[in-house]
This record gives sequence, structure tokens and C-alpha cells, in this order.
Amino acid sequence: MYPSSFDYRRASSVQEAIAMLSSDEDAKVLAGGHSLIPLMKLRLASPSMLVDIGRISNLSYVRKEGSQVAIGALTRHRDVETSELLAHEVPILSKVAGQIGDPSVRHVGTIGGSTAHGDGAADFPAALLALGATMVAEGPSGRREIAASEFFKGFLETALAPDEILTEIRVPTGFTKYAFQKFNRRAQDWAIVGVVAVRGERTNVGFINMGPTPLRATAVEERLSAGASVEEAAAVADEGTSPSADINASVEYRRHLARVLVKRALSELG
Amino acid sequence: MTMTDSPQQERIIGERRLRREDPGLLSGENRFSDDLVVPGALHLVLVRSPHAHAKILHVDANAARSMPGVVAVLTGQDLQSEWAAPMPCAWPVTPDMKNPAHYPLATEYVHYAGECVVAVVARSQIEAVDAAGAVIVEYEELTPVLDLEDAVTDASLAHEELDSNASFVWSLDPNPEAVEAAFREAAVTVSERYVQQRLIPAAMEPRAMVVVPSPMGGDYTVYSATQIPHVLRVMLALTTGIPETKLRVVAPSVGGGFGSKLDVYAEELLCLVLARRLRQPVRFTEERGEGTMATIHGRGQVQYMELAANADGKVTAVRVKLLADMGAYLQLVTPGVPLLGAFLYHGVYDIGAYSFTCTGLFTNKTPTDAYRGAGRPEATYAIERAMDTLARKLAMDPAEIRRRNFIAAEKFPYESVAGLVFDSGSYQENLAKALDRAGYAELRAEQQRRRAAGDPRRLGIGVSCYVEMCGLAPSRVLASLNYGAGGWEAATVRILPTSKVQVVTGTAPHGQGHETSWSMIVADKLGISPDDVEVLHSDTAIAPHGMDTYGSRSLSVGGTAIYLATERVIEKALKIAAHQMEVAEEDLEYVGASFRVKGSPDQQLPLAAIAFEAFTAHNLPDGVEPNLEASISWDPPNFTFPNGTHIAVVEVDEETGRVQLERYIAVDDCGNQINPMIVEGQVHGGITQGVAQALYEEALYDASGQLLNASLADYLVPSAAELPSFELGSTVTPSPTNPLGVKGVGEAGTIGSAPAVINAVVDALADLGVTDCPMPATPERVYSLIQQATAAR
Ligand SMILES: Cc1cc2nc3c(=O)[nH]c(=O)nc-3n(C[C@H](O)[C@H](O)[C@H](O)COP(=O)(O)OP(=O)(O)OC[C@H]3O[C@@H](n4cnc5c(N)ncnc54)[C@H](O)[C@@H]3O)c2cc1C
Repeated sequence: MYPSSFDYRRASSVQEAIAMLSSDEDAKVLAGGHSLIPLMKLRLASPSMLVDIGRISNLSYVRKEGSQVAIGALTRHRDVETSELLAHEVPILSKVAGQIGDPSVRHVGTIGGSTAHGDGAADFPAALLALGATMVAEGPSGRREIAASEFFKGFLETALAPDEILTEIRVPTGFTKYAFQKFNRRAQDWAIVGVVAVRGERTNVGFINMGPTPLRATAVEERLSAGASVEEAAAVADEGTSPSADINASVEYRRHLARVLVKRALSELG
Repeated sequence: MTMTDSPQQERIIGERRLRREDPGLLSGENRFSDDLVVPGALHLVLVRSPHAHAKILHVDANAARSMPGVVAVLTGQDLQSEWAAPMPCAWPVTPDMKNPAHYPLATEYVHYAGECVVAVVARSQIEAVDAAGAVIVEYEELTPVLDLEDAVTDASLAHEELDSNASFVWSLDPNPEAVEAAFREAAVTVSERYVQQRLIPAAMEPRAMVVVPSPMGGDYTVYSATQIPHVLRVMLALTTGIPETKLRVVAPSVGGGFGSKLDVYAEELLCLVLARRLRQPVRFTEERGEGTMATIHGRGQVQYMELAANADGKVTAVRVKLLADMGAYLQLVTPGVPLLGAFLYHGVYDIGAYSFTCTGLFTNKTPTDAYRGAGRPEATYAIERAMDTLARKLAMDPAEIRRRNFIAAEKFPYESVAGLVFDSGSYQENLAKALDRAGYAELRAEQQRRRAAGDPRRLGIGVSCYVEMCGLAPSRVLASLNYGAGGWEAATVRILPTSKVQVVTGTAPHGQGHETSWSMIVADKLGISPDDVEVLHSDTAIAPHGMDTYGSRSLSVGGTAIYLATERVIEKALKIAAHQMEVAEEDLEYVGASFRVKGSPDQQLPLAAIAFEAFTAHNLPDGVEPNLEASISWDPPNFTFPNGTHIAVVEVDEETGRVQLERYIAVDDCGNQINPMIVEGQVHGGITQGVAQALYEEALYDASGQLLNASLADYLVPSAAELPSFELGSTVTPSPTNPLGVKGVGEAGTIGSAPAVINAVVDALADLGVTDCPMPATPERVYSLIQQATAAR
């Protein structure tokens, strides 16, 4: 549980961070470190250099911009959980944030780090997918926006280039009804299966830990828009998913949980 | 003098006093072994076996030896000459017990994943880690023995040099004919198979140690996160050949043990011999992921439990056969763990026919050893689960079946069929209080309502009544069980010239609050403030005699020793007082920290004055030595027998199988309570650990013998967030075994709780036809039980 040796640089601006990243192919961004450092301790990641963006001052914010809320990449889970603006405009994010890990994780982990990590078992990515969020990235060739549906590419793989920094996440308002069903054994644990459901003009459903990436429950969404009942839609919830087995659950049990949790989430939406 | 003979004195025993240990622990001021700054200390890191069972073909340490900072890379062969004896097992339970030689580093074969193979010593931890990664060990993999029911067939062998996996067979058959007859004549019998899964103790502080040789050579100070500094010193001496007089063992602040630090570990021995060899301090701190493999595990039994009963539910016989997992080697008391439960499989019930047999088996897994409750949680689980099965077979309420079988209050001291003498108890009262507190009838009504309504949130109510034996232990009884040491405890009480009091105890607290409790015992007796009493412990140079802390023994044995030493000090002070006041000893009474003449209370001499007189020694009576001090070693005449009733209320989510513990009621009888706040703390932690076994924890292995959940992200130790507020009550039947009337409470919570929870889970599903649920009751497991039961209907 000791990482191999690495260089450490602290960036004071996004531009500086990009320059540092560009200078070393094996460099990695360090935000809250709550995903990256565990991987390094297990030597599953051995970056040559860490570019610490944690002290960049203007990347932690939550503000309303038209029909969207813009969230700075360094915003801590705890700040998402307690943001009055989010509670009002995108309440699902506050709810999800409040159930990530334990208080110490929530005070250190960042929404940008969780998103850039792209873990199919993590909570924010599935929520952002369900919300149809937009990721804002900056790199050597400037700034670009990436739709959530294009962002999560594969197992711990995102659309970000190695020298790009995720700076902001933009989430639409208007999803006033929401439900979060996180099934785990202890309060502090990752979801065995999780379901995020949001309803505005339409109903979107995201899955946590039902595949290598966060997923949209497309079968459910299609059935619902075709007028199916909650039970009918929930009955096909696991269609198109590819959960894996681990010490917490078999594939079959995960599929079963997906159906039960979708039913519960949709019922909660009312 | 007894506890009740100073009525006018303010009582301190029984007060809810905050623990004096806590400010230092909470502020971070206390120093644990890994915090100790030892200049020049070298770091030990171990190359461990990745295989459960393999032959070591070749070790190539050349690359590692030339890495930066590396001081030594040593194999088992290299160190073989260092050992005077193999690692100790102090409990050869039978004369023919098999105990394959176990050395700190494996030489030819490895027998579990995590076993130490190569020792790497470097100037820094990180250099040692990197060098350990560069050591190449070639193995030839052998078939591992992993499952107990496979092990007992001897189809493959855990130790290639043995002809069987059985280390021993131990039985207790006081009346075999009576057992046969009872089963022959029984109206109902119960025959169940229970599995006590392997548990990882997971103390908050991992193991850590540092051995410091004196600069001039000759002696060694061993700092270790251990529960047993005294036993450890003896064992280090026997294993390394270093004279005991040259060894000082200190346990600094120790962050929990639960039995996992009641052991003598390879790393402790290695640090010591490496310090001897290299003439420099050597330290080792385990990482969590290695500790889960290299620190002992607990439980690990298959239990075949049988009851015979009359038609009215009176149990007539208990017959139990155990397979007990020793793991790969016998550690300090591994074989004795099942014996600590062997006498208790009839629980709190008055049963005349009894039979117990245990086969201790080697497997290629981490060695097991004593873990909170050691033997008694297993026994309690088996009898309490079986009693519920019997109740179901007779369509009787689980509370009622227990009432019909309890040992009656008037039978104490109760001589049990297994040969114990239970000291005191009031089992009916425990149950009545707990049922009342729970609102049992209302809970049953609610359960019926939910069933009738088809509510998928099923309610289950589980009752468990327990008795345990603790206060280890009368040394002669230990001798009859072949245990290699005694069960006494030592204490010194010393009143210093300024009348402050120093107490030296042989117990080794690691979270239990002995400093607080022991100061209360002494202060209560002396009539002074506990703040004037300092308690010294856990350093063999300060407290040379002791048997340390485990088995809920410290209060009933160590606390009693302190009480008796205090009494002796008062006796000596009385002599001095009588001499100084020129009155007869009989005419004096000791009240409020003063000796005063009976009937004329203004004629008095305070203890403080006598303490100073004892120091100056200017005017002592003939034959009385200077100094006010007494030392005692107390050997208890019997065990103590804490008991109680626990009730768990669970909600089982039929759709997911998730079990939520909704309420937990515990009524415990630990005899007199010195500090009820500490008692409650012990019960809280104890219950949590039993609930953990019932619902969360299990060491999981794959088919090749790899531990799958070696990290605390995967090994699910529950936190307060998973638990309800416990509803605690107590009954008090003072133990006649010791003058304090105390029994011990360190393990009681753990002993009572797992069966209460599983009985509740099964109760929630009983109407579906579910009769058993293996531990831990994981959501998937419970869900599939529901599915199977529903399909079968
Ligand atoms: C005990 C524990 C429990 C947890 N429980 C949960 C849980 O229940 N649910 C859950 O969802 N998560 C959980 N987590 C993960 C936690 O939420 C992490 O904080 C989060 O996943 C990563 O955020 P971070 O800021 O710590 O990122 P880091 O660990 O610093 O980085 C993660 C990855 O993202 C990259 N990165 C970070 N920021 C950026 C950026 N701005 N631009 C580009 N790349 C970037 C890094 O290079 C790295 O590859 C848990 C973590 C721990 C330690």
C-alpha cells in the first residue's frame, strides 16, 4: 500500500496545469485524490507526476446560468450536498452527494474528480448522465463542451484527453421530481446497484454499477414514453445492462435489484 | 473487611465517571507503537506467500540486496540458527495433539497466503517495500485444504508431513448412557448444522512493534501493540533464547485487540532477532491489507448440534460435534478456543445429559485464535438457534420454551452437567425484563398484522439468552485443561509519602478503561478521590508480574487483586495508626480516609499522616517495615458467569433480502458494576461485533485460498450508521467468586447478539417455511432463501 515514487507539482491556474500535463505523458491530475491515491497505493496507477489542481482558487462554485447550473470541477461533494441553489434547481445532485462515501470522503472528493474518473460504480456520473449534463474541458487547443452521453467511454475511460482538464459541469434545471435509490450494505459503501430517476418534461433514469460505465436505463425510458406503467417499465429495467459479479452480488441479483430499485424510484417520482 | 462495611463513606464504585483515558486518546496525545520515534530504527518488511499451499523452490534475493537503503534480506534458512524453539502454542489440549513446527519465516513449504517467507530490512519503510518487491520466490503450488468438511476427510493434506488434517480430538462425555437414553426416549429431537464463518478481528490500530537493543548490548526493550506484554516476554525468551531478565516488554497505547493481539507473532520475533543480529533498533508496522491475512482470524467452525426434548418442550440432552478450523498453524491458544465453549453448549438451561466432541483441523488459511468471546459465542449461537428450532417444532413461543428450561434462580451455585459451578444468576428475570422492555406482545401483534397484510417489510423478533464463563481463571482448572500457564493476577498498591496512590496492575488495557475503573476501586476503598490514584501498567519493568488482558478477566481477577492489595495496605496503616494513637487496633475504624476511635470520631489520624510516617519511619511499631505498600497475586477460586437476555427486532425487505436491525434490547447481568458507563460501552461494542458476525462480516476465500476481502472497503465492519440505539438494562446478582461481586462484561455483548439477530431473521421468514439462515445474512443470501422457500410452497 505504498505508491511507487512520483513527482509532485502544484498548479496555480488551469493554464499552468495544462502546461504541466503537456510536458509529461504519464502525468495525472490530482484533485481530491480519493480515487486516484487508492489506485496508486495498490500500484494500479503509477503516474510519473501528479499535477495538483486542488489549490486553483476559481474552480469551486455553483452558479445559475440561464436554464443551467454551472458547477466548478473542484466543488466538493459536501458543497454540492449543501448548496441552496442546487437544492432548489437540481435537487437530485444534492441528494446524491449526501450519500457518497462518508463525511471525510465528502469533504475532500470533488465532483470533477468523480466525473473525470468515470467509474461506472460511482454516483455522480450516473446522475449527470440522467440529467443530460454537459462537461466543459480545457486543453492545449482551448475549451470544448462534451455531452454526458458522449463523455463516459469505457471502464474508467472518458472523452477527456490526457492533457485536458475538466473545469466545469453544466446541469439543466427543470427536473423537479427526483428519486435516488442506492442499494448498499453500509451507509459508507459504494452502491451495489443504484438508480437515479429525474422527471421534468420527460423521465430519465440512470444506473450505477450495472456495467463498466454509468448507464441510462434506456429500456425503462422508452417504455415510459410509450405509456407503460411503472411496473411494466421496471420489469425490463435490466435490459441492455451488463453488470458484473463480485463479492457483493451475482449478476442475476444485480439485475433483480435493478428492477426493484427502478420500480421504487419511479414510484417515488409519483 | 468487605465492600459493605464502610457505610458512612461516599461510594465511588457504581458512579458513572468519564474515562480518564479519553482526553489523551481523543486529542492524539497518546503514543501508539508506530508513533514512537526511535532514531536509527531499521524497517522490516516481509515478503509473504501469495499461495495458500506451496513448496518453496528457490529464493532469489540478489536484486533486492543491492537496492538503495537495504541492510539485509534474509530467508528462513538464513535465520534458522536464531531460534531456540519454534513459535509457541501454550495450549496442547491433548497429549497427542499434532503441532507442526512453525517458524517466523517459512523454510521449505508455505501453508497459507500471507505467511512470511523473506525478511527485508532497510533504512526506510519505502526502501524496504521496494526491495521486497524485487525478491523473487519460485514456488511449486500444492492443493490447498480450505473447507472444514473436506479437511476432515483427509482427501488432501494441509501439512504434507502429517498423515491427517486433524490436530486433535477433544471430548467431554460425562454421561454417555444418559445421552443415548434421552435421544431414544425423546418426543422431539433437533438436529442442525451451523457454520461459524471466519472473522477478521480488525482492531482499529494495526499491529506495530519496535525492538530497541541497549547501546551497550545485552538487553532489549520490545515495544509492541500487544494485549499480553507479560506472556509475550516469557515467550520471546523461550523462543529466542534471550534471558527473560534481558527483556523488557512495553505495550504503549494499544488501539484495540479483540484477541488478535493476544498472540506471539512472527514479526515480533523477527524484530527481536534482527535487532540482536544487526545491533540496531528494528521496527515493523503492518499494513491493513497484510494484517487481514497475517493477524489471526476468529471463529471458523462447523457445528452439528442436537437436542432431545419432551413433548412439553423440556430439553433432556444436548449432543454436539464440532469441526474447528485451526488454520495453518497453532498459534498461542488456538486449540483451546473451542474448549472455552465446550462446557456451555447447554446454555442457560438445566439439562442433565451432555456430550461434546471437537475435532481441531488444519487448513491452508490464516491461523485462527481467540477472538472476542472465544468459544462462547459459538456455543451460545448453537444452543440458542437450536432452542428456536425446538420451539418451532413444538409450535411454542421462543420465550416460553426458554422459560421452561432455565436453571432456576434458587439452584445457584449450580453444578452443571459439564462440570462447572455457575456462580449466580436470575435467568427468568433477565428474560422477563427484556421482553417487557421490548414490548414483546405488541411486537408479535405487529408481526401478525404485517403478515396478514402481505407487507413486504417483514418483521422478525429474535430472542437469545446466554451465560458465559469468564474471569480466566483458576490456575488449577487451567492445569486440568492442559493450559500452559496460570490464571492469577498481580497488583501492587502503594501510598506515596504525599499520600498520592500508585497502583500497579498486571492487566494490559487496550481500550477497556482499566485506569478509570481501577482508580475507582482503590479510591472507593480508601475514601479518597480517584484523581489521587495513578494506575501503572503494560510495562514489564514497572509491572513485573501479570497475566494480561483477555477473556473478560481483568476486573474479576485483576480488579479483585487490586481490591485485596488495598485492603492489605489499610491493614498495615491500621497497625501504624494504632501505634501512633496509642489505642488497640480493634478500637479503630477506617472512615473517610481517616482512622478514628470508635465512638469518639474527633480522635482521628488521617491516612495522609500515616503515609508520611511510613515514609520517615521515625515511629513505627515493632516489626512493621517502612513504606505503605502491598503486593498481591490473586488466583480466583472459580470462573465468573455473566449472563443475560438479548432481543433483536429486524425488518427484512422481502423484495431485496435486505435485513435492517430496527431495535436491540439487552439485559445483562455482569454482577456489580464499577462504572456503569464503561459497562454500557463494552456492551455497545460487544453487541456491534456480534451483529457484525450475524449480518456483515466474513473472510471470503476463492478456490485457490486467496483472501478476497483483505481491505476494509470489502470486509464490512459495520459502523454506528448501520445500528439502532441499543436499549440496555441489567440485572445484578453479585458473584460470590470475588469480594467485589463482579463478573466481567468485555465479551457478553458479542456472545448474546449473533443468535438474537439470526433468530430474528429466521423468525421474519418462518411463515414462508424458512428454518435457517447462514451467517452473515447478506441481502443476496436472504433474498435467495425467500425465493427458495416461496418456490417450495
Ligand atoms: C472510502 C471511500 C468511499 C467512497 N465512496 C464513494 C461512493 O459511495 N460513491 C461514489 O461515487 N464515490 C465514492 N468514492 C469516490 C469519491 O467520491 C472520490 O472523491 C471521487 O470519485 C474522485 O474525486 P477526487 O476529487 O477525489 O478525484 P481524484 O482522486 O483526485 O481523481 C480521480 C481521477 O480523475 C482525474 N481528475 C480529477 N480531477 C480532474 C479534472 N478536473 N480534470 C481532469 N481529470 C481530473 C484524476 O487524474 C484521476 O484520474 C469513495 C472514495 C473513498 C476513498
